[in-house]
Amino acid sequence: MKIRFTLALGLAFAGALTTTTLADGHGNKAAMAAVQARQATMDLYAFNLGILGAMAKGAVDYDADAAKAAATNLAALSSMNQMAMWPPGSDTDAMGDATRALPAIWAADSKVFEAGMAMATATGALAEVAGDGLDALRGGIGAVGKSCGGCHDTYRQPK
Amino acid sequence: MARFLRLVVLLGLVAAAAGWFLSAPRPVDPARFDGLTGTAERGALIFAAAGCRGCHVAPGDKDEGPAVLAGGYHIKSPFGTFISPNISPSPAGIGGWSVADLGNALMAGVSPQGRHYYPALPYTSYIHMAPQDVADLKAYLDSLPPSDVASQAHEIGFPFTIRRGLGLWKLLNLKPDWVLAEAGTDSLKRGRYLVEAVAHCGECHTPRDVMGGLDRSRWMMGAPNPSGKGNIPAIHPSQLSWSAEDIAYYLETGFTPDYDSAGGQMVEVIRGMSQLPPQDRAAIAAYLKALP
Repeated sequence: MKIRFTLALGLAFAGALTTTTLADGHGNKAAMAAVQARQATMDLYAFNLGILGAMAKGAVDYDADAAKAAATNLAALSSMNQMAMWPPGSDTDAMGDATRALPAIWAADSKVFEAGMAMATATGALAEVAGDGLDALRGGIGAVGKSCGGCHDTYRQPK
Repeated sequence: MARFLRLVVLLGLVAAAAGWFLSAPRPVDPARFDGLTGTAERGALIFAAAGCRGCHVAPGDKDEGPAVLAGGYHIKSPFGTFISPNISPSPAGIGGWSVADLGNALMAGVSPQGRHYYPALPYTSYIHMAPQDVADLKAYLDSLPPSDVASQAHEIGFPFTIRRGLGLWKLLNLKPDWVLAEAGTDSLKRGRYLVEAVAHCGECHTPRDVMGGLDRSRWMMGAPNPSGKGNIPAIHPSQLSWSAEDIAYYLETGFTPDYDSAGGQMVEVIRGMSQLPPQDRAAIAAYLKALP
């Protein structure tokens, strides 16, 4: 199951990086829609992380069901096929301030594929333990945070 | 007229002699390192807090194992590009160094050969380091894998190529006093030590003057990003509304209060911070909240 899932994710990334191109005219509009879709995805990550983080920080009481639900959502979001959301030409060079996605994402030596898989692995592991108590949640969320950094260190334009 | 010229020449010689004297590399008193024995496990935490990896692994090296400190990281500055050296335990790095050698490099910016290092190595922060922490760090560095990659020369132009001139820079910028003069609790003292000395947060979060020295009057007020586009944010309490818990949690996980995640060089910083005991992250947060 897990292998098939990572394979699908891998193919999705590979597809996004190599086959999608933008037609003239529609280019800007289509690229903008893609940017908005991935920013909406980031918002969904943040919303679900917020539920988990509030418990991990001790700002709200731990709730096993809510933790399990949020972590399962995160794992589902991380396994989504994002092929169409990352078309070439939707980077900071082409779109200026509309995006912080750096051209390095689409470069030949890009490691975003591995980073995406690392995130899917970390969120999958968190979903499995998030309902098992606060310590398990705290342990799993650190690896998720680290996986976010896997892309945000070199592939996102600093503010 | 001849007398006047003689006077000018004499004054010039006096100024040159004074400059030569003032610019001399001044190592740390060797007695401060006498009899110190380091422990690698403790040194690993100093290594993590200082983020040595961030500048001293080869660019793009994201290996999770023991760090190979081959160097090669580029720090662009108005004075040229500084390239981090190999600091692995090999002849190409710091193999054979004593604890005092490492202490002189970190705390005084002086090489074992008695020359000035450029302040891309943040010795203006490390000057506050405890000699025991230097000894522990040395023990940990010695436990890491050696690399035989040769250190590259910095890409800088005249007059910055004259290392001796750094002695005058140090007179202005290498100061033993703390920015937060009053630290009333143990936690604040620990936070001050981590922030101002080991983790050298001010090196990126504080703007620099025209000479490249930290402008302490604008401590932690944010600055242009030294490694690329954008800005390093201000983390002074007048500019940052995060609670102490928010700051500590960010240092542990990389998550901001809005659950955005750390980016750029801060990812590597958090990798180190996440390895520290929770009370160290809380101490850093307490320090940042206490800045006047």
